[in-house]
Amino acid sequence: MSTRTATRTAGPRTTAGPGDGPSARRRALEIVATGPMTTVQDAGRFGHADLGVGRSGAADTDSYALANRLLANPEGAAALETTLGGLRVRARGPVTVAVTGADTPLRVDGRGAATNTVLHLPDGAELAMGAPARGLRSYLGVRGGVDVPPVLGSRSTDVLAGLGPDLPAPGTLLPVGPAPTGFPNVDHAPTAPVGGPETVLRVVLGPREDWFTDAAVDTLLSSAYEVTPRSDRVGARLSGPVLDRARTGELPSEGMVAGALQVPPGGEPVLFLADHPVTGGYPVVAVVCAADLPRAAQARPGTRVRFTLRTRPSGPPTERQET
Amino acid sequence: MRVLRCADTGVLVEVADLAEVIALRAALEAEPVPGVTDVVPAARTLLLRIGPGTDPDMVAAAVTGLPLAPGGRRDFGETVTIPVFYDGEDLDDVAELTGLTRRELVEAHTGATWTVAFCGFAPGFGYMVGDDPRLHVPRRGEARTRVPAGSVALAGEFTGVYPRSSPGGWQLLGRTGARIWDLDREPPGLLRPGVRVRFTDAEAS
Repeated sequence: MSTRTATRTAGPRTTAGPGDGPSARRRALEIVATGPMTTVQDAGRFGHADLGVGRSGAADTDSYALANRLLANPEGAAALETTLGGLRVRARGPVTVAVTGADTPLRVDGRGAATNTVLHLPDGAELAMGAPARGLRSYLGVRGGVDVPPVLGSRSTDVLAGLGPDLPAPGTLLPVGPAPTGFPNVDHAPTAPVGGPETVLRVVLGPREDWFTDAAVDTLLSSAYEVTPRSDRVGARLSGPVLDRARTGELPSEGMVAGALQVPPGGEPVLFLADHPVTGGYPVVAVVCAADLPRAAQARPGTRVRFTLRTRPSGPPTERQET
Repeated sequence: MRVLRCADTGVLVEVADLAEVIALRAALEAEPVPGVTDVVPAARTLLLRIGPGTDPDMVAAAVTGLPLAPGGRRDFGETVTIPVFYDGEDLDDVAELTGLTRRELVEAHTGATWTVAFCGFAPGFGYMVGDDPRLHVPRRGEARTRVPAGSVALAGEFTGVYPRSSPGGWQLLGRTGARIWDLDREPPGLLRPGVRVRFTDAEAS
């Protein structure tokens, strides 16, 4: 029997790298410190909106997906999302990881390491993230994925609904799943800088722009708003010029999307992120385009946000009169 | 029907009333629109969330062709019975608002047939509509910071049961031990859109 055959069956995998060995079943990430906020996240929870369950999932979907691509993980493998750094993990068994998103200074057992690269951590090694100079959320992907039990088809923690894995705490052991069959084929991914003092987000007006005065819509599109510290995975609460309503009364609660700029009675918009409520009763003046949501999720408190109109490539909303 | 846009992430369909919401939801179940990942029914609207690369115009066009006539599908699925201890903090306030005695109020709530119109607010929180307009009451002027799990409440045209303790502004009629939300059950929500609900007086049984 040739070695080649052996590697294709259940026998010893002679070509296995660190993190792919026979001890794979027992591998884990031990949480040493979480920083201000760390959650387990994946691509989100789909198909349960009719039960009042939101999508949740990684707030910056681009950085999260990059971590999995670097590790040759399947799309949707669960990772750790950490806010403003401070996460420290110890490898239990050899693991392969990648850190993406907000550019945090990394150390492996005290030695400097780079983000957006494939990092092999031997058993017992500690990876520590410092505070990023810009941006808000960093992702620690692990080859094989964080293998906690899924809830309603997802390993994401929805902090608003209280669904999904418990928040990791020092001492938590997060099991790592079996390594995928494919191997990482790049060591490093060049990326555009994440975060910054100002970000411009493209929006489409509506669905409830008619609840606001023309002046309010002009204000939204010409002013700078600042992300306040009262921001979380539910939404970025913005401070800036108030948006006046053109009508009074109450809007019956309606479904909400990530990226919605919902305007409570105070007039300052809230930009909904991954754990936004499934339904809401305040009008949404505009919605941030899907492609710009990852940048919205990287706007830390103090960031100036401007909104610019994305001209719709196709026609106006269709209307139909009921007979 | 008005079809409104949520940028490239959703299409919000506004209809005349809850009956049309229920009819359109049934039509979307019978004829799913390609690219729609989630449907969020609400009081006067259905939000269709769409996946990346799906053209909202295509979705809007597909929706405008769907029937809105209620009655096309009357199979409401199962009926669940929820026993309630009618000892809620707002029972007297609601009695005053409705002009009913406490006894009449309980009889009205248990006598009505309720249908879950949609879920929202929290996982498993079903907004149920009934057939007794005497039970329409406003929300409380000020929300409570904590409403216990199992609280049975009224607000607007709806009744609801809090699946877990949370802040809430509805008028509390009583409480139930029924498992409204249970992740070990499939599906976890007892009160899903379309389910019919009867409340019973747990004291009387």
